[in-house]
Amino acid sequence: MSSQPIRILQLYPDDMNIYGDWGNTLALQRRLEWRGHAVELLAYNPGDEFPDNVDIIVGGGGQDSGQSKIEDDLRAIGPHLKELAESGTPMLVICGLYQLFGHSFTTKDGTTIEGIGLLDLTTIGGPERLIGNIITRSEEFGDIIGYENHSGLTTLGAGVTPLGRVIKGAGNNAGDGHEGARYKNVIGTYLHGSLLPKNPSIADFLIHAALQRRSDLELSALSALDDTVEINARNVAMDRPR
Amino acid sequence: MAKKFVVTLLGKSVRKIAQLRGGSGSALPGLFVETIDKNFIKDTLASLPHGVAIISGTNGKTTTTKMVVELLERQGLSVFTNKTGSNFTRGVAAALLGEIDMNGKLQADIAVLELDEAHAVHFVKSIKPRYCLLLNVMRDQLDRFGEIDTTANMLRTIAEATTDTVVINRDDPRLSSELFRSSITADIVTYGSSQSVKHAFPSDDVMRAEKITAATESFSRNDTELVDFEGSTARISFGDQQYETTLKIGGIYNVINAVGAVALTRSIMTERLDAALMMQSLSMVTPAFGRGETLIINDFPCELVLVKNPSGFRLALQSFTPDGYTTMIAINDNYADGRDMSWLWDVNFESLRDNGVAMVTGMRATDMALRLKYDLVDVDSVREDVSGALDSFLAEQPGPRRIYCTYTAMLELRRLLSKKTTVEKVR
Repeated sequence: MSSQPIRILQLYPDDMNIYGDWGNTLALQRRLEWRGHAVELLAYNPGDEFPDNVDIIVGGGGQDSGQSKIEDDLRAIGPHLKELAESGTPMLVICGLYQLFGHSFTTKDGTTIEGIGLLDLTTIGGPERLIGNIITRSEEFGDIIGYENHSGLTTLGAGVTPLGRVIKGAGNNAGDGHEGARYKNVIGTYLHGSLLPKNPSIADFLIHAALQRRSDLELSALSALDDTVEINARNVAMDRPR
Repeated sequence: MAKKFVVTLLGKSVRKIAQLRGGSGSALPGLFVETIDKNFIKDTLASLPHGVAIISGTNGKTTTTKMVVELLERQGLSVFTNKTGSNFTRGVAAALLGEIDMNGKLQADIAVLELDEAHAVHFVKSIKPRYCLLLNVMRDQLDRFGEIDTTANMLRTIAEATTDTVVINRDDPRLSSELFRSSITADIVTYGSSQSVKHAFPSDDVMRAEKITAATESFSRNDTELVDFEGSTARISFGDQQYETTLKIGGIYNVINAVGAVALTRSIMTERLDAALMMQSLSMVTPAFGRGETLIINDFPCELVLVKNPSGFRLALQSFTPDGYTTMIAINDNYADGRDMSWLWDVNFESLRDNGVAMVTGMRATDMALRLKYDLVDVDSVREDVSGALDSFLAEQPGPRRIYCTYTAMLELRRLLSKKTTVEKVR
């Protein structure tokens, strides 16, 4: 396939790259390459010009300190990100960026940080960190396996659906059994660890959505890959204690 | 005194029994004494003429502590330390039991203690250290502490409790920040690398980004600097003098740890320091157990390299060439290793691509195999049980071997290897 490379944009890799979020970008890159597509990796950091023709957007979690550095910039590019989401651009946002893609984050001391409202959800600071291995279930993706580590408690609005129902672990708020959020081709979640390598069905969903939007590609179904190593890792991870 | 005698005697007995049962004798007797006499450690350490020095940070505590102890001993001090690498309060209590006489007296000039960040915070509530050496704040066991900034705050608590001198690695962006230093009342002494070698010690903040921040200017008039190094030979300067020394300990991260050990030793010895002797003794320090130690198995070297976090793993891969070595990786996810496997994704394994990895083992062998797959590194075998994996790994073609392992995997490997060769006993 001699088309233009698939462009994967990492949001704020300098400040929001903790917890192995790089693995998500790498999983997308390899699974595209293994199917014969060239990949171009792009990085967007505060103050950069937002690149054109982005096929997939990936963003991760960060320290509180990293988060405060990017908030203003994120609000500035928020309208553009919303346009991209509306037009079907696949996106994966984890932890900190998942929260900031919502309407707001209210910290424990009552300060409210405005999000960009791309996802219909709100988050409040919780009393404790919710930490540990987590399994959720989704009709579309099957069992989703990862690791969560957050104190924010997120509640979904009517404009989004949960990514999965919690089987083991806490999820969005340790209350309603929801984990993550979906809107069009945007996925938000608290699962890192990294998410995509052990959940290839989600990686392939993002890839498929990206390829479908490309007018220069003729796309039918994605070709299958040998996921034996992925399945083995999933099986072991599912049996580990919280 | 009678109570102290009884506690000491009972504790020593439990320690002996624990050792006879095959343990390293560290945590159980410590717990025992801690439970019976809460002031045991405090009372025993309070009597030392040079007080207590604490070494903490995410990476390199055990090796750096070993260096400091040996440097001070060669300067003529009698040093008490928690040699077992059981760097929790209980480990300290257990080590004390082995050293004190029956009256509960410790015959030492100074205590040099390696303490885990979280336990150090607890420790300094009752025992104020005279000195502390803070090595670095890197991502480690985030699932335990939550955030890297939380770890930095723990180290700040140690620094605030220190009465005389705080020795800080100025290359670490968190430790050298204005905020970190603002609440320290003790004297601050720094160590770090020169501009020309700074690039060799990336912090987590520049993990993926290619940018390298400028070397931090020393904010102390008393600085110890790594001027330059090649392999294990380092040029270190302090007090207008420059010294060259060749370390027996591999791994470039240990070069900067050695500079930290020198800075702390200088602070403790002050004008009584014999600098030339110190640099000579530095060249004689051997690796701490499981920290790059080399065992001889079937006439070939087998290196054990402990990897606990992404920066440590990255530096280890950078330090040791895979050429000529057969590689095994053992990854566990016990509490002491960290349950979260995400850290493996912050390590770049491309350097292993040419030679491949012969064996991946441990509870999370499958996660490690998955990680290697995405860096296009071939893996010959994946086997979760460490014992079987080790046998199969050692049965392969002869030659030098290297095993990268997490903490509990390292303990298990040492236990298994001690049946095949002589492994240094840990007191």
